[in-house]
This record gives sequence, C-alpha cells and structure tokens, in this order.
Amino acid sequence: METTAAAREAAFDTAVAADERIEPRDWMPEAYRASLVRQMAQHAHSEIIGMQPEANWITRAPSLRRKAILMAKVQDEAGHGLYLYSAAETLGTSRDELLDKLHAGRQKYSSIFNYPTLTWADVGAIGWLVDGAAITNQVPLCRCSYGPYARAMVRICKEESFHQRQGYESLLALSQGTPAQHEMAQDAVNRWWWPSLMMFGPPDDESAHSAQSMIWKIKRHSNDELRQRFVDICVPQAEALGLTLPDPDLKWNEERGQHDFGAIDWNEFREVLKGNGPCNEARISQRRRAHEEGAWVREAATAYAAKHSGDDSGGGSDAAGEVTA
Amino acid sequence: MNSTPTDTDPGTGAGLGAETATAALALADDALILSHRLGEWAGHAPELEEDVALANIALDLLGQARILYTLVGDEDELAYLREERAFRNLQLVEQPNGDFAHTIARQLYFSTYQRLLYGRLATGDGPFAALAAKAVKEVDYHQDHAEQWTLRLGDGTAESHERMERACTALWRFTGEMFQPVGDGDGLDGVDRQELAESWLSSVTAVLRRATLTVPEGPRSGAWTAGAGRQGLHTESFGRMLAEMQHLHRSHPGASW
Repeated sequence: METTAAAREAAFDTAVAADERIEPRDWMPEAYRASLVRQMAQHAHSEIIGMQPEANWITRAPSLRRKAILMAKVQDEAGHGLYLYSAAETLGTSRDELLDKLHAGRQKYSSIFNYPTLTWADVGAIGWLVDGAAITNQVPLCRCSYGPYARAMVRICKEESFHQRQGYESLLALSQGTPAQHEMAQDAVNRWWWPSLMMFGPPDDESAHSAQSMIWKIKRHSNDELRQRFVDICVPQAEALGLTLPDPDLKWNEERGQHDFGAIDWNEFREVLKGNGPCNEARISQRRRAHEEGAWVREAATAYAAKHSGDDSGGGSDAAGEVTA
Repeated sequence: MNSTPTDTDPGTGAGLGAETATAALALADDALILSHRLGEWAGHAPELEEDVALANIALDLLGQARILYTLVGDEDELAYLREERAFRNLQLVEQPNGDFAHTIARQLYFSTYQRLLYGRLATGDGPFAALAAKAVKEVDYHQDHAEQWTLRLGDGTAESHERMERACTALWRFTGEMFQPVGDGDGLDGVDRQELAESWLSSVTAVLRRATLTVPEGPRSGAWTAGAGRQGLHTESFGRMLAEMQHLHRSHPGASW
C-alpha cells in the first residue's frame, strides 16, 4: 500500500513539475485540495461580496450609458461567482457549504470590499485600481495547475479586462470634466490607492500560504513581485488620467528599472482583515440577509422540482440556471 | 423615423409625429423604470442565478429604453431632467420590488403585456416595428422567466403559494392601465387594445391556473382604481425613486459622464 501511495504522490509531483494540469478525477494530496478550496472559495466570495460596493451606485448612475455598463459589470461578478463555486464543486465542496462558511465568518473574501463607495468616482476607481490589481493577480492563475480553476480564470480575466478599461475610461471622463468632477476622481484615487496595493497580500516574508502554493503552481509569482508589477503599470496610467497617486515616496528607480514606493500600513490591513474595516459588518450582514430572505424562494423551487420531477413542464430546480447566458 | 416635414413635430428632435413621440416616451419610460427597479435587486437576490437573471432582464429593458428615447430626443435629458409628472410609465412598473413574489408578479403582468404588444408592433410597418422585432425576442425570455417562477412559487410550498397569491392580488389593480390609450391619439400603430387585453387575460389566467393560483377578481379599471401613469400621475414611492435616480446627474448641470 505504501509504495502505491508514494507512487501516486510522485506521479502528482511530476505532473505539476511538468506543468501538466491536474483534473478533478486525478489523485491529489489532501493539502493541495484544501489549499485550492480555500483559495477558490475566497475568490468566489470576493466576487459576490464585491457586487455590493458597486451595486451601491446602480440606482444613481449619472447617465444611462454608465448605468448599463455598471449593471453589466455587477452581473458579470455574479457570473464569476457562479463559475468559481462550480469550479470548487469539482473538488467535492458544494456552493451551499461554502456560502455557509462565508456567512459564519469562517471563510474570507478580499478585504478591499470592506471599504465604502462614497461617490460616483469610486466606481471608476474600483474599475481602474481594484480590477487592475485583480487582473495582475489573476492572469497568472490562468496557468494554475488545477484545470477547472485555470479554465474559469481564462473567462474571468477576459471580462475583468473590460471592467478595468471601463473604470479607466470613466475616471478619464471625470478627470477631464468639470472641476468638481476632477476633484471627485482625485479623491477616489486617494482613497483606493493604498487598499489596492494591499490586495496583493502581506509581504513575501510574512505570507502564510505562499511557499507551498508556488511549489504546487497554484501561485506563480510572489505577492511583492505582483505588487511591484501593478505599481509600475499604474504610474504612467495615472499620468495619462491627469491624476496623482497619493504617495510622496513614489519615484522611478533607474537602477532597479522599477518604481520605489512608500511603506504600506500593514496595521490597517490586519485590522480590516480582522473585521474592523469600515464595511465588514455591513457587507456580511447584507449577504446573510439576502440569503435568509431568499430561503423561502429556494425552498419553493426545490419543492416544485420534487413535485414535478416526473413531468416535462420544464420547471426543474435548475431551470433558473438556464438564464445565465 | 419619418422625416417628411409635414409629419414633423417641432417638439421632438427626430421628426416623429407627436402621437408617435408620446407613445415612444411611454414605452421608454416603462422600460427604464422597470429596469431601475430590477437594478435595485443587484446583490440582494435569493440566489446567484437570480442576481444574473434579474440583471439580464434589467439590461434588456434599459437597452430598449435607450433606443426609444433616442427616437424622441436626448436620452439623458429625458431620463434625468424630467419631473415626476412628465413621466408616462405605467404605475405597475414603478411599484416597489416588495418580496421576490411581488417582483415576479410584476414581471409576469408586464412581460406578458410587452410580449403581446411588441409581437403586434413587430408585424406592422410603423416606427416601432424594427425595435419591436428585436425586443420581442428578449421579452419572450422575460415572460418565460416570470412564468417559470410563477409556477414554482405558486405550486411550491405553502408559504410561497401564499406570498405569490398576495402579490398577484396586490398588483392586479395596476393591470387595467396597460390597455388604456398612451396619449390623446393613438401612437401605437393601431394596435387593437381590446384584443390585446383579451389575449393578456387569457395568457395570464392560464399561467396562474397552472401555478394553482387564484385569478384575482378585483377591479382593474375605472375612475377609482389605479392607473393614470400614462397621464403623468404616479404613486407615492415613484418620487423617491426618481430623486435617487436623478440626483447625481442634476447635481452637476451640463457635465458629461
């Protein structure tokens, strides 16, 4: 038996080292499975919690064009949540189970969504900075060793790149608009810049899961590497936008061929992670409320499906799922 | 769409006749206001699939509204700078979301009407034919979505049945208005409203019966029932909805977004 287990483990390690994809039916170490579930769940939860700060502006979007773009974006996020929960199901963990853990505070979502969207410009800043940071993080995941996650990420990254462009374009319109609009855009960038840099996670020497995830090729670049890449991308974009980034220490380092930037307030990061951010309570309460208030609807769909499982009325429990096109 | 000078109403930018412009505005307002209400669900739906579906429907309706407004004038001026009394939408579409049953009952009543109306407009050669031909495909899906949920809620659990029954009854009195003229004249290419009303009633009745729901019996028209949205008379919650929708745009006069 032991040789078989060792052989399986060796085959897994070889496949991962050779950049082959691990598929749901393949044998995998339990720790690899658990690590993926943790990461995919956190990612899925981030998509659905991330709907809230932006949905906050759907009813106030200042033009019909912007309203349509924003609504489509929030809809995409719900869709991303669906792909990711489905991808996690291939590891034997149901969506209900993961949602229960989210609602109980036992699984996390990206801390960035614990900041409030106070003005319309925040919607643009989220698109440019938050989605920009997410793309920087996520593009390497398209090559993640676990097949279903990698494939979900290919679709998601395409849509995220549209989100990032619309955010940039929306901020550009504000920056080049009236003085009040310009000020609104600058204020939003001032508030979202540092939290966006925190999205890459703690510095490499403090990152709990990084080393093993790199070996497993769930992760391909370190937190600090990705953070640096993001800063280098944003600096020229901020200039093109006519906006400044709120960091007096930000400057080009000729020797490194990269930008130096100021110290991140990791204390703030840890506090928000612990639940003390401005919106932690509100976000999770809204999520729980939507889930609890929807319970009778889900129960009705299940009861109906059970009653009609033998007929062809087309009202099966998954009929609502047909509309996700 | 007719650009001959004799048909041109000086009050409209695109050269529509006045009656057609009134009708375009009424249909556009229906679509915009219902889209807005559905947009309020984002992040609050009973399951993730419904967050996607309700946003999908809201986006279709918003797209319809934008095309229709453009027939009349500037879409943002029309959406953001008119006062409550200038909106021509049905009172049905402005009704607050309520619980999911109310939202579905509102969808069933409205999408059945819209599917029948657009189906008829699409077969004509009037100014709405092209728009209606495209929209009717979207609205078919909206109606199917509402119908499937009406069946599940009506024939699901005791609680869902009761909620759906209550919702269908509460909104029933807003349904007569759908078959009233949209303005002084008839801008809707001579659609036979009597026939439309009969088709609507038989279609909705069939769905409600399959869903084991009672077809409401309350009044749907008459001076003392609801229904003067087409004349710019709305219900109390509508003003607050507009205040929320318009405030940012109005706070920055002349700005582009």
